[in-house]
Formats: sequence, structure tokens, C-alpha cells
Amino acid sequence: MASEHSPLAQFEIKRLVEWNVGGLDVSFTNASLFMVIAIAAITLFLTWSMRGRALVPGRMQSMAEISYEFIANMVKDNVGSEGRKYFPFIFTLFMFVLFCNLLGMIPYTFTVTSQIIVTFALAALVFVGVTLIGIFKHGFKFLTFFVPSGVPAVLLVILVPIEVISYFVRPISLSVRLFANMLAGHTLLKVFGGFVVSLGIFLGWLPLGFIVVLTGLEFLVAFLQAYVFAILSCLYLNDALHLHH
Amino acid sequence: MPQLNIADFPPQLVWLAISFVVLYFLMAKVAIPGISDVLENRQNRISSDLEEAKRLSEEADKAKADYEEALAEARSKAHGIVSELKASMTKEQDASKAELDAKLAKKAKAAETSIREAKETALSHVREIAGDTAKSAVAKLVAIDVSEKDVEAAVASSMKGDA
Repeated sequence: MASEHSPLAQFEIKRLVEWNVGGLDVSFTNASLFMVIAIAAITLFLTWSMRGRALVPGRMQSMAEISYEFIANMVKDNVGSEGRKYFPFIFTLFMFVLFCNLLGMIPYTFTVTSQIIVTFALAALVFVGVTLIGIFKHGFKFLTFFVPSGVPAVLLVILVPIEVISYFVRPISLSVRLFANMLAGHTLLKVFGGFVVSLGIFLGWLPLGFIVVLTGLEFLVAFLQAYVFAILSCLYLNDALHLHH
Repeated sequence: MPQLNIADFPPQLVWLAISFVVLYFLMAKVAIPGISDVLENRQNRISSDLEEAKRLSEEADKAKADYEEALAEARSKAHGIVSELKASMTKEQDASKAELDAKLAKKAKAAETSIREAKETALSHVREIAGDTAKSAVAKLVAIDVSEKDVEAAVASSMKGDA
């Protein structure tokens, strides 16, 4: 009973269909369900809204076009023309994170992005992909990325390790940022929801009002974190392609 | 924290990989081409419309210039016609005035001549009347009949003395 009402109970993985392939647990869980719902929703949104292919877009078509142009401009501004190749990836990443965040805002749903393993897997994908792109493009020259230019040799002894550490911390900071935001927001909503119930009909209005405000804030956070995830991926990609420093 | 349960990691990673790959292909092959097609079409349409508008505006400018040229031409033509008309009217007027002057002068001359004739006639009659009067006056005064010849001579000499 106590665990059922714990603010963290909403993050529990429930196996809807138990499934084991060669010793690997590939059960269809509530997380899997919402991943599938998210990709279905994204695909439906982007194809159904564009079905008219109208010259003057309606509301839904405008939203699809704005999503497209938003990411297209983000890639163009932060990565440049070489980033065009990676636009579908960044777009997929942004839409996936955004829809998982937004679906989580619907009561009784599961927030995929509140799972550290999910956000870490996405961040690791970006990190490994970007590092491989950098190595394939520049070869050994990629290592100069860790050597800041125009710095005395003495300082390099300190700076190079810092650069290396900050580079390898990237997937952690990227994943934890999204995970922690989702976790904190949803936990807070749940905690204040508990207050509404325990304070009853007279005082319960206060936490309820707070929940209303917090819900608005959480919608903002849902957009903002998807944006941050996508733009940081763009910046990392830009670093790998251009070795800026 | 339920998120740190390692036993839950494999199914999540597997399904994340599946959904992300599926979504990537759906986006790359279906959604993105669909949207970029529409955007490209719109861009093309806008630029072709802009070109058309530019062409039409140039045409309109040209038509305006033509119209203004025609207007200026018509105006100068009208000016020419007016001044020509004025000139011809003045000429005609001058001619008719001269004619009238001539006519009037002629008439005046004729009138003068007739006046002079009338005067001469009158003057010659004066001589006759004076003679008659003198003759009858002499006849009455002295009771003699003076001959016509003498009277005329007397009148002539008196008029000569007068003159």
C-alpha cells in the first residue's frame, strides 16, 4: 500500500508481456508501450498533418512545418551546411524526447525520459556517434581537440586532462540533465498530489493551485529539455566536425 | 529509486533501440521528405509569384510611361491646333477689318464728294438767287428793269469783292 502511493511508484517498470530471447530479457514493459506510442504519435502527427500538402498551411500543418524548420535552423545555425546529413538524426532525437516528455504529462501515463537508462542510452548514442564522426573525419588530428590553442605549454599539463574529463563527462551531463528534470517534476507533482488528498477539502486547495502552476512549468520543461538535448547534440556534432576551440 | 533496478535495463534498451531505429527510418524516409517537399514547393511558388509580380509591375510602369508620352504628345498637338486656329482667326479678322476699313473709306469719300457737289450746287444757286433778288430789289427801288447781263456782272463783281 505504501509503495503504491510512493511518489516514485510512477517510475516502476511493469512487464506487460514477459519475453525472453536467448537469456536476454526483452519483455514488453510499460516503458516499451510508451516508446511505441510516442513513435506512433510522432509519425501520425507528421504525416496526417501534412496529408493536404497545402500551399497555405492549416494549424496542424503549421505545427509540423514549424517542428521541421525549428530543427533545420538549429542544425544549420549550430553545425553549418555539413550538418545537413545529420538532420534526420537530430530531428528524430528531438521529436522522440519531446513526445516522450509530453506524453508523460498526461495523467496515468509513463514518462520514458524519466528513466536514466533511456536518457543515458540516447546520450551515449550521441556521444559515441559524434566521437566516431570526429575520428573518421580528422583521424589523429581529432586528438588536437583536447589541446586548447594559444596556451603556454606549462598550462597544458593542467588543461589537457580537464578537456579530456569534460569531454567524457558529456554523455553523463546530457543524460542526467534530462532524467533529473523529468524525475524532479513528476515527483513533485505526485508529492503535492498527495498533499491535496491528505489536507482535505479545506486546505487541499493550496497544493492543488501549486500543482496547476507546476503543470504549466512542466510543459515548459518538457519542451525546453527536448530543445536542450537536441541543441547540445548539435554543438557536440559541430565540435567533432570542425574541431573548434 | 526504481530507475536504478539493473534487471529492468535490458528490456528498456532493447525496446529503445527498436523504437528509435524505427522512428529514424520513418522520419528519414517518410516524414522529412514529405515536409521538405511541401516547403520546397511553397518556396518555388513564392519565388515564381514574386517574379511574376515583378514582371507585371514592370509592364505597368511601361504602360504608364507610354500613356504619359501619349498624353504629352496629345497636349502638344492640341497646343499646335489652338495656336494655328488663333493665327488663322487673327488673319481672317485682320482681312475683314481691312475690307471694312476700305469700304468705309470709300463710303466716306463718296459722301464727301456728294457733299461737295451739293455745296457747289447750292453755291451756284446762291448766285442765281442773289441775282434775282438784286434785280427785283433794284426794280422795286428805282423802277427800272435791269438786264440779266448787268445783274450777273454786278453780282459777280460784288462776290469777287467779298472774296
